[in-house]
Amino acid sequence: MLSRTAENLFWMARHIERAENIARVLDVAHRTSLLPLDIEGAEAYLWYAPLNITGCAAGYEEKHGLARADTVTHYMALDPDNPSSIYNCLKMARENARSVRSAITSEMWEIINATWLELNRLSNQLNKTEYDKFSDFFDWVKGRSHLFRGVTLGTIIKDISLSFIKLGTFLERADNTARILDVKYHILLTEKENINSAADYYQWGSVLKSVSAFEAYRKIYRDVISPLRVAELLILRDDMPRSLHACMNEVEAALIDINGSAGKEARRCAGEQHAALHFGRIEDVFDQGLHEYITDFLGYMNVLGKNIRDAYLSRRDHFETFPISGAVQTQQQTMN
Amino acid sequence: MNTRANNYFDEMRIDDVKIRDIYQHYQQWQSNLSSGTLERKSAEAELLFRRLGITFAVYGESSGSERLIPFDIVPRIFSGSEWRKLELGIKQRVRALNAFLHDIYHDKEIIKAGIISETQVLGNAMYRPEMQGVNLPNHVYAHIAGIDLVRVSENDFYVLEDNLRTPSGVSYMLENRNTMMRLFPELFASHAIEPVEHYPQMLLDTLREAAPVNVSNPTIVVMTPGSYNSAYFEHAFLASQMGVELVEGQDLFVHQKKVYMHTTEGSQQVHVIYRRVDDDFLDPLAFRPDSTLGVPGLLEAYCSGNVALANGVGTGVADDKSTYFYVPNMIEFYLGEKPLLSNVPTWRLSEKEDLKYALAHLPELVVKEVQGSGGYGMLVGPTSSKAEIETYKERILKDPANFIAQPTLALSTCPTLVESGVAPRHVDLRPFVLSGKEIRLVSGGLTRVALREGSLVVNSSQGGGTKDTWVLED
Repeated sequence: MLSRTAENLFWMARHIERAENIARVLDVAHRTSLLPLDIEGAEAYLWYAPLNITGCAAGYEEKHGLARADTVTHYMALDPDNPSSIYNCLKMARENARSVRSAITSEMWEIINATWLELNRLSNQLNKTEYDKFSDFFDWVKGRSHLFRGVTLGTIIKDISLSFIKLGTFLERADNTARILDVKYHILLTEKENINSAADYYQWGSVLKSVSAFEAYRKIYRDVISPLRVAELLILRDDMPRSLHACMNEVEAALIDINGSAGKEARRCAGEQHAALHFGRIEDVFDQGLHEYITDFLGYMNVLGKNIRDAYLSRRDHFETFPISGAVQTQQQTMN
Repeated sequence: MNTRANNYFDEMRIDDVKIRDIYQHYQQWQSNLSSGTLERKSAEAELLFRRLGITFAVYGESSGSERLIPFDIVPRIFSGSEWRKLELGIKQRVRALNAFLHDIYHDKEIIKAGIISETQVLGNAMYRPEMQGVNLPNHVYAHIAGIDLVRVSENDFYVLEDNLRTPSGVSYMLENRNTMMRLFPELFASHAIEPVEHYPQMLLDTLREAAPVNVSNPTIVVMTPGSYNSAYFEHAFLASQMGVELVEGQDLFVHQKKVYMHTTEGSQQVHVIYRRVDDDFLDPLAFRPDSTLGVPGLLEAYCSGNVALANGVGTGVADDKSTYFYVPNMIEFYLGEKPLLSNVPTWRLSEKEDLKYALAHLPELVVKEVQGSGGYGMLVGPTSSKAEIETYKERILKDPANFIAQPTLALSTCPTLVESGVAPRHVDLRPFVLSGKEIRLVSGGLTRVALREGSLVVNSSQGGGTKDTWVLED
């Protein structure tokens, strides 16, 4: 496969997953804002969380100043000036798809293209001031992402195209789950004494809901929501589709399928991280400190991302690092 | 020839009552439709095209803007016997054009014979001296040719121009057929229509035959300038239909005069490039140094015979509007045959007499730039204002050799769905001709239609639309 094709497939999937995650984060922020929060400057306090999770607080502050519900929502959902708005994610996903149209199925292209066309219609309709109407919009974004995944699995050949798509999806999802945990952890654990209050129950509940894990939690633990268990569910349980462990299952499997001599370091890195999640204990995570643990994890993800880029996606002159031997050349000619 | 503006050949109607045989069946079907059906189907077709993203970009509009080429749902119909005649003429013409290209980059017999002047050929900006003495498989330069034809009467067709560089539009021929079959399956059940869907397979065969001689199983790619190119959809479409990679210049590199592409498994040699990038942008080392679309060293690899380009480099000299004049002579010179398809009478404004005549008759003539394409920068005398004609006259006088003039042709009309209902509109035809070990073409082509009443300009960049083109089996 062309490196550029792999790169576009990877980013197409990543952008769609990111759009979905932003919608989730914003959706939960909206739900949380309906609950009483007994602190000073509650609105700004609440609405910095989505900005921090997606790493666009600086850009926002420059444009709007203090975090407010309507401006944050608009900035993260529809603002073309925000490089990581839902708007731009879906736009870039379509551009990635357009660049590799011959490598994806026409059904996949139709979904991405129709999403983009519909987004333009919706963004004209949605007025900044009616930010409460955004709930439908978030559902729509999630729905389109689900649809894209379903169409992809239902139509694409199971070759390395699919592996690169999965790689993009699950790296992005792992990254997002880790960030949600980290930011919410900060908010929730600033005051230790609040840890078992009713408000806390709703706060942790919203974390779970943002990754569609609320129902799963109740099914598995059948007990009150505790921070330890929430962390366990979202980090270590591999049966929970948005947990770090589940994401790394998929990432490692995709890398093994892609194979290739250049990917050794990427596979090692993914395998190591996967093993750590597979055998990890939640008590150790909390001993280290959840924040420190997640910071380490995100660092690992960065290294892994760089390894993947170097091995498969970049278009540097391969002769420098992988000289072609005579034998390989003849094999390539007969293969085609 | 007929140049009268009020007397067009109507391809469907003999007069107000009588319908030509080949349209009988269709017309009967159409007259039985309940009112509004065609309009509804037409809207459905537009939705289909937009969903599939079959769009093109218009140069000069804001970057990245995409438009649909309007699709007309009334088909254009040829009989099998009409088509056979056309087919012979088209093949003959393309054979002669390839022979001409081989000749002017080798022995230059046609110049020695005094049929065409040395300045006309070697002085042409599109002549590539680098290609002299380079031998191409099967002596084919223009593997894919688009020959634009217009019809002026029952039996008279003219070649309007030859497109031998990177002719586009074939994806519309295929998608138009596809859409018609989706919208009107009953028409295809009741008509015996020759298929066009095997074009990509024929193209793949042609590209295989273009491969360097010692390569038995060539790796073939389609090379696009990128997703912002006006014909990007077509590039992606053809690559996926043929099952080959769609590459950009940045995906390729040259090492020891061989071309490779960057893949996830390392480097892979490429043997045939169906390039949709103009000569000028192919190789920054050989042509425009500022080109970022090309591949450094590609021309050297090509001239060394390690990679084939389709179309070859330097074909522009043969489809130039001033060379066009000589194509009938080429047919007689290289093939010893009488041309089966005529040229449009052409005045070359480089010639004193021709210039004098043209300047005196501008309101009746069509004037084009020698290097122009896409309907940009041309003058259609009968539909232009006095002021427009005067401005154009000044342009001509600055550099007469850069222009040719032709009579305003009475282009035939086909029934077309417009706002007021079904009405006649002017059409042309572009069949796509593939040259490898043999010359191939599917029965059909791209019919372009001028949607504005009375307009004779069919180019999509000028508001033209397209139609499905049917050849009925005899």
